[in-house]
Amino acid sequence: MSDAKTILLCGVGGQGTILAADLLARAASAAGFVVKVSEIHGMAQRGGAVTTVVRYGTKVNSMVADIGQTDCIVSFETTEALRNIAFLKEGGFLLVADESIKPLPVACGRASMPHNARERLSDCGAVLIPAHALALEAGNAKCENVAILGALESQLGFGSDVWLDVIRERVPAKTIDANVAAFELGRSFAQAN
Amino acid sequence: MQLMSGNEAIARGAWEAGCSIGVAYPGTPSTETMESFATYDGVYAEWCTNEKVAVEVGIGASAAGARVLSTMKHVGVNVAADPLFTAAYTGVNGGYVILAADDPGMYSSQNEQDSHYYACASHTPMLDPADAQEALDFTRDAYELSERFDVPFLIRSTVRVSHTKTPVEVGERIDYQLKPYEKNAPKWVMMPAYAKPRRKVQLKRIDDLKAWVETCPYNRAVQKGAEIGVICCGAVYQHVLDALPDASVFKLGVTWPLPEQALKSFAASVKRVFVVEEGSEYLSEQVRSLGIDLSPFSDTLPKDGELSPGLIKKAFGIAEPAHHDVPDDVPGRPPALCAGCPHRLVFKELSRIKAIVTGDIGCYTLGALPPLASIDTCVDMGASVSMSHGFELALAGTEHKPVVAVIGDSTFGHSGLSSLITTVYNKGAGTVCILDNRTTAMTGRQGNPFNGMTLQNRESRELDLVGLVKALGVEHVEQVNPHDMKAVRSALKTATTEQAGELSVIVFKAPCVLLHRQRKPHFFVNADCRSCGVCATLGCPAISKDAETGIAAIDPLMCIGCGQCAQYCAFDAIEQINDSAMEGGAR
Repeated sequence: MSDAKTILLCGVGGQGTILAADLLARAASAAGFVVKVSEIHGMAQRGGAVTTVVRYGTKVNSMVADIGQTDCIVSFETTEALRNIAFLKEGGFLLVADESIKPLPVACGRASMPHNARERLSDCGAVLIPAHALALEAGNAKCENVAILGALESQLGFGSDVWLDVIRERVPAKTIDANVAAFELGRSFAQAN
Repeated sequence: MQLMSGNEAIARGAWEAGCSIGVAYPGTPSTETMESFATYDGVYAEWCTNEKVAVEVGIGASAAGARVLSTMKHVGVNVAADPLFTAAYTGVNGGYVILAADDPGMYSSQNEQDSHYYACASHTPMLDPADAQEALDFTRDAYELSERFDVPFLIRSTVRVSHTKTPVEVGERIDYQLKPYEKNAPKWVMMPAYAKPRRKVQLKRIDDLKAWVETCPYNRAVQKGAEIGVICCGAVYQHVLDALPDASVFKLGVTWPLPEQALKSFAASVKRVFVVEEGSEYLSEQVRSLGIDLSPFSDTLPKDGELSPGLIKKAFGIAEPAHHDVPDDVPGRPPALCAGCPHRLVFKELSRIKAIVTGDIGCYTLGALPPLASIDTCVDMGASVSMSHGFELALAGTEHKPVVAVIGDSTFGHSGLSSLITTVYNKGAGTVCILDNRTTAMTGRQGNPFNGMTLQNRESRELDLVGLVKALGVEHVEQVNPHDMKAVRSALKTATTEQAGELSVIVFKAPCVLLHRQRKPHFFVNADCRSCGVCATLGCPAISKDAETGIAAIDPLMCIGCGQCAQYCAFDAIEQINDSAMEGGAR
């Protein structure tokens, strides 16, 4: 019987979801778990919706997320969080970057953004994280994804050291300090909220 | 242990088996396999113009005694089917393994087809890994099997095997020596006199394979309860384990031929037998043909798209867990042509002249989506050129809109060229636009004959596209800068009016924005914007208009400074920011 935990990362192509999933998978692996990471790419650089699923445990079979069965949804954008909300299981953890990006149909006036997305996400128990502001505070706007992972840390219990080792190993050398700072800021944010 | 995708594991397995030659045409979800293989020591790897060519190069290299890998997406197997069916007569010299990567759910394809049918129809044995470890092991072992049974072996994967990273234990590379080549016409010359006896060899081989597969360790029955037994393969096997933890499972690692006796014993060991498969009826048809009765599902198992544990549970009558519903006001987020994409204005102008546009396979298929919405058809690689010929044939002698084919550089090399020769030869009409963005963009910017880049960065040559088309005998051939609105408009006007009734080819040449990632100072909307909305009809992701006022805005972070939009603004409201305010350079 599988004891796997399922984490769905979603966002918009180019936001860094694939790197975040890679760091998450490596942290789970370093913490001693079997890991599977399933990516859907191809459209990632063309602004489409993207999702990556990370599953880990002592035994992992399927590599996909399922309706009402996903332990954590980590969304890099509010509309994408709503699009994937059905995957979240009862009592699951919903972490959403407090950021909204207009898809092309909205930008060219053929559709509208969802109303009150933030309130509706909060009603579903979402933790909205100001990832962009935290990344800027850490010194590099591109560290948003790592700030978000920082906020996820306490949910998974791999321990901070495991994460920081993985981050130091995987991010570009020039950005290590900013990424470590972003991780800590994300972690503190989650503790305070 | 390391995390590897199925594609990386297939490349690794081939390398460990001493495979030294890789030949392929890129296609999602197969592409990274050959890219990964190309990075190993002691291998030669190349992109071919198409999958048929790749498999023919592969058969040649195998005949000469090397172990060979070919990789392609499911629809690539259609293209390669011609040599594939006869390679199952000739057999091999060095082991030959071919990856067919299926895309159930059509994440990046024009159809979902099940490559199992090709294995069955061509009598080519097929292995179906369920994770990266199996992908490595099966591929590595397939070389020895290919030589033992004297036939190419197919590896079938799906997106969820190819693009899922799972833990893998790797091994070392064996020292494989080229097998000696000896002339053997009865084996390699498939004309009737030799093909007929070779067909008998094939039939004998099928019997041998059927005997082997009965005890092959890649097939395994995991007996649990005596109530339900499920037969499945590949990624679906992983879903079944999660969906039905108490069911007995027969996991097929070889999906053609099937182990008749082993499956019959399994079926006899349980009360009810089911086949769970994805977007296909291949397995259930095969299993039924062995005389095994399959039980009906209590609810529907989807016939299309991907499966998941939840969908399998539902088919077995297990209710979906509680969950939030997706709100119905969530707008779609389709992919779009990138900001600065050199294809954009061609589609905008084709839309303006209301042409019938036959499209093709690649990034530029996105020109079919609103607001550009300027493509009428998309079927398969190269079809734009041949379908436009068909439109012109049917509409000849009628008043009709201009017919324009739109095809990318790599797709033109793949099979558009032979279509164009057909049009030239038969004195057909219409306009063919070759969108030469200097790369095979959609699959991740691979080399092709027109950009002169090769997979392992060997020296090559850039094929002269304009010269090539002229050499075919096309009289009206023009090269145009696709970022220049007036030039695009004028070239299309000339081709579809003055030259209507004749064949014209326009090569729109400018590099894909993802190639060099150079950006110029960005543009912005000044106070002169009159809310006309024309700029927003370009479908540039950097441009938006305010929902209430209609005033346009350009996202300075997304804008790469191509200036396409400024050429459409009748009020000079789109301006480029002062050069000195920005340093430019790579993103």
